[in-house]
Amino acid sequence: MSALDVHHLTVSFDETVVLDDVSLSLAHGEIVALLGPSGSGKSTLLRAIAGIIAPDAGTVEIDGSDVTHTPTHRRGVGMVFQDNQLFPHRSTLDNVAFGLKMEGVGRTERDERSARWLERVGLAGFADRRVTELSGGEAKRVALARTLAAEPSIVLLDEPLTGLDRELHDRLARELVEILTTAAVTTLLVTHDPDEAAVVATRSVHLTDLH
Amino acid sequence: MIRESFLTRRGRAAIAALAASALILASCGSDDADDGSGDPEGSVAIGNPPVPPTASSSPDGERSVTLVAYDSFPEADTSLNDALTQFTDETGIDVELLIAGDTGTMLAKASLTAGNPEGDVMWGIDNTFLSRAINDEIFEPYVASGIELVPEESAMLAPNGEATPVDFGDVCLNYDIAWFADQGIDPPTTLQDLTRPAYKDLLVVQNPATSSPGLAFLLATIDEFGPEGWQEYWMSLNENGAEIVESWSQAYYERFSWAGGGPKPLVVSYGSSPPAEVIFADPPRDDSPTGVIESTCFRQVEFAGVLRGTDAPDEARQLIDFLIDDRFQSQLALNLFVYPANVETELPQEFLDFAVVPAEPRTLDPAEIDANRSSWIDEWTELVIG
Amino acid sequence: MNRLPSRQPTWLIVALAIVPVIGLGVFFLWPFATLLSTAITGEAITNTLSRRSTWDIAWFTLWQATVSTLGTIIIGLTPAYVFARYNFRGREPLVGLLTAIFVLPTVVMGAAFLALLPTSLDRTVWAVIGAHIVFNLAVVIRVVGTMWEHLPTDMEAAAATLGANRWRVFTDVSLPLIRPAVAAAAVIVFLFTFTSFGVIRVLGATGTRTIEVEIWRRTTQLGEIGDAAVLALLQLGVLALVVLWSTLAQRRHSRALGLEPLARRRAPRSPGERHFVGIVVGCTTVIASFPLIALAVRSFSTPSGWSTNAWTNLGQTEIRPGIRIGIDPVDALGNSLRIAVWATLIAVVVGGVAALAIAAAGRSGRLLDTGLMLPLGASAVTIGFGMLITFDAAPFDWRASWWLVPVGHALIAVPFVVRTALGPLRSVDPSMVDAAATLGATPARAWREVIVPYLWRPLAVGTALAAAISLGEFGATSFLSRSGGETLPIAIEQLLGRTGSALQAQGYVLATMLAITTVILVAIVDRLQEPRRTKADRS
Repeated sequence: MSALDVHHLTVSFDETVVLDDVSLSLAHGEIVALLGPSGSGKSTLLRAIAGIIAPDAGTVEIDGSDVTHTPTHRRGVGMVFQDNQLFPHRSTLDNVAFGLKMEGVGRTERDERSARWLERVGLAGFADRRVTELSGGEAKRVALARTLAAEPSIVLLDEPLTGLDRELHDRLARELVEILTTAAVTTLLVTHDPDEAAVVATRSVHLTDLH
Repeated sequence: MIRESFLTRRGRAAIAALAASALILASCGSDDADDGSGDPEGSVAIGNPPVPPTASSSPDGERSVTLVAYDSFPEADTSLNDALTQFTDETGIDVELLIAGDTGTMLAKASLTAGNPEGDVMWGIDNTFLSRAINDEIFEPYVASGIELVPEESAMLAPNGEATPVDFGDVCLNYDIAWFADQGIDPPTTLQDLTRPAYKDLLVVQNPATSSPGLAFLLATIDEFGPEGWQEYWMSLNENGAEIVESWSQAYYERFSWAGGGPKPLVVSYGSSPPAEVIFADPPRDDSPTGVIESTCFRQVEFAGVLRGTDAPDEARQLIDFLIDDRFQSQLALNLFVYPANVETELPQEFLDFAVVPAEPRTLDPAEIDANRSSWIDEWTELVIG
Repeated sequence: MNRLPSRQPTWLIVALAIVPVIGLGVFFLWPFATLLSTAITGEAITNTLSRRSTWDIAWFTLWQATVSTLGTIIIGLTPAYVFARYNFRGREPLVGLLTAIFVLPTVVMGAAFLALLPTSLDRTVWAVIGAHIVFNLAVVIRVVGTMWEHLPTDMEAAAATLGANRWRVFTDVSLPLIRPAVAAAAVIVFLFTFTSFGVIRVLGATGTRTIEVEIWRRTTQLGEIGDAAVLALLQLGVLALVVLWSTLAQRRHSRALGLEPLARRRAPRSPGERHFVGIVVGCTTVIASFPLIALAVRSFSTPSGWSTNAWTNLGQTEIRPGIRIGIDPVDALGNSLRIAVWATLIAVVVGGVAALAIAAAGRSGRLLDTGLMLPLGASAVTIGFGMLITFDAAPFDWRASWWLVPVGHALIAVPFVVRTALGPLRSVDPSMVDAAATLGATPARAWREVIVPYLWRPLAVGTALAAAISLGEFGATSFLSRSGGETLPIAIEQLLGRTGSALQAQGYVLATMLAITTVILVAIVDRLQEPRRTKADRS
């Protein structure tokens, strides 16, 4: 049984077909890189998997159950957005703890677990920092911690390393692999950089090949 | 449109600045703004002094005078207006009518415009409001020629000749005879009756702040129940569903069941309203369709006066003289349904047949009215209107 | 925002500023001072403050404003969200309709609600609150909606991926982030409903009195000016407190949202979304349009059935032969038009000149700018009242002057003209002035050739705005107009007060005419401002 199964997904916006009959499977624990030029619909695929966009046709299955019509907040799909989307009105720790709060985990426990995730992404002691004061790399790591802390079945990464300078890029790429492998979570990551894909992912696919 | 400005921060900063300046100015204190009331000094003009005609000519060079009146004064087409035309023919002075609303409103406007009035002569301030008119100095004293034909006790209400009595009447409760007959109920006979459940939701009265019959009725209840007891009476009236409107014409011509086709068969009006109904009855009738509850009547005297600051004093005085002249006074009864002040004027037959003149109409001491009117109205407003 | 680099010569600034400054001083600051001195001398303060009704009225004003504000916010949040996030057919017209309602004269809104409600609900407090809500919906939808548009949709999506359902996304993510806008909208709505005058005069029962209405009543019915002045100060004090509090609170809670370009609006996709959007849009349209439709419909209803009598017999206010109610609707129409022409002229000239002065003066221009906005901080009632009690003695006895009412209107309209003109003036690229200088133009000349032409369009907008303001003005005019010189809003209020009479239909006729005129003027304003807006809209 695959962790993620996408069957014949079609999405169009205002008469433009963005995704045409796309199919894809991910096995448990895989880190798969999805390659393709900008504007080819990679982000759209991620959003469709997360349930942010409803497809016109096709299905999405997670761990064998059909979640095509399940709303996002019950799918158990975590997503790190390209611009992080950290909540500016909350502290770093509260951001990381958000998913746990939604689950109803008590304050002490979720603060503990979140603090541990911050450590794992190398940001021990950042708990009380305002997210608006974080650097690009720090913010990305907080976003990652936030998503992983919620312990999703699938993690989606939308161009996580795009736009970072060379040195940060390489460093984060290595850390990313480490964190994801240790967490043993099925990951689909979108990028336009084949080298990056080679470093981070166990398998790469091209969007064009998925039809 | 004002509202859009609040969408800017500047607008809100402005309010804050306003508050700050208010605090500063208030703490500095300042003198009372001098209202520059130039009293018309010295002797009171008597008769028709040979004053050269001043301003106030209409564009084509004719002289004109503006008569400010309440809203039940007809603007045109009645014999009263014909009498005014007679005035114009005789003196060459055009009379323009300016209807300023009901008496209380009219008086308030006159007070606010004292010294720079909206017209030249004001008709209709009555004895319940007169002291306020005199205190606010809205009139220029003038003793009319022909004043000796007016009963002295009425003229004495304006001790310095500020205003001239022009008519009197009794403010009484009127009822629709046919309505009560249809319902098989006896109409009320006393003020107290009005609070009985049998008469629930049947009464319409006027706001004493704006209407002189309204104020007269309030004073009648104060006369009956005393300065300490009238409040309770009015609370009962209120519970019994008394409707309040602003003006007499609205009450009589829109809410009263006989004259206005409205839902209320009991209305505060005049002892001389029944003759009006006979005269205007269509088809003609020889009995009155409305009755009067005598024990509720309050004597009302109406005045006219020259407005202080008028730019046509001569024309105004001539008009005042005419207003108590028999030619005008003889038309009062049939148009305004009041008794002429001029004792020599004859009354029309319908009046003699159908008007109700109570043997002892209620009155209150003018000094008492002057001292308490304002607080009584305030109290009434709080009690009844809320 | 570009600022003009060089200050213009002082003589020019002074010449431009002198008329607005004198006007402001004579017609606003002086009456304001008179108001203060009238209030604080004599026994007026003790009399008014010891009277129980004062506190009853103050309390009523407060709670009805609070309830109205809460109601508007609660009802307006969902439409604000829908407008911010979705594209749907009829979006632009609906925004236009809501805006038009917002700028309608208060008596018209009161009349529309009077027309809409069955008799038992007429004139109750709930009718007034309902009218307030509908009137101010646009504030919430636009102010909150705009901020919501800056809230990235992805942030809400991120919360969803973390397990937040729709409601929790709202409470935990959206609401905290739009809170500043909600607070700003709440303050605006509170200020308007606290000083509500026209709506209450038309729609409220005789006993429904807010502080504004009481100021008017004490002055025009009882002649108690001192008491009225104290009430005016009391109200001003409350307003100032609210504004002060809100300015301080806003400063504390402002957050950098990381200003995004406007989030994408999209059409609703899933059936669930379509239903949701459909219902919200439908309800909003109904709420917005029913009162106005009712208004027009009622103008055809007389006690004797449906007819066009009120329209064709407009001006016939006879109750009995020869007896009229003292207000002539047709005269009122004429008066309003005449006054509007003068008021607009004054407002545009003074406002245009003031805008030039402010723009030319650089930083010190702010003083004049704020000063000109002051009249808006006082309510229209306070302005009219102040003018009434100030100009009542020679040589300044202007009570009977034909120009007093237009000046009062202009006082209220000038800030709008200034605001409309300042934006374009300030956004002109200063390099153009420099270019003109290199071509030999003196600073003043360069200004005249390069900057002033940018004024024409905003002044056209200002003209339409000033006209609409003047036509609909009720508060100040209630004090300043003389018998025979009543304006349209005053006539409307008088006619509508005569329940059950044929005259009431004429009131509806006049209100409908005023509504249509205002809508047309607003449409003109929109059209004139369009070139700038469409660019921002196409995102």
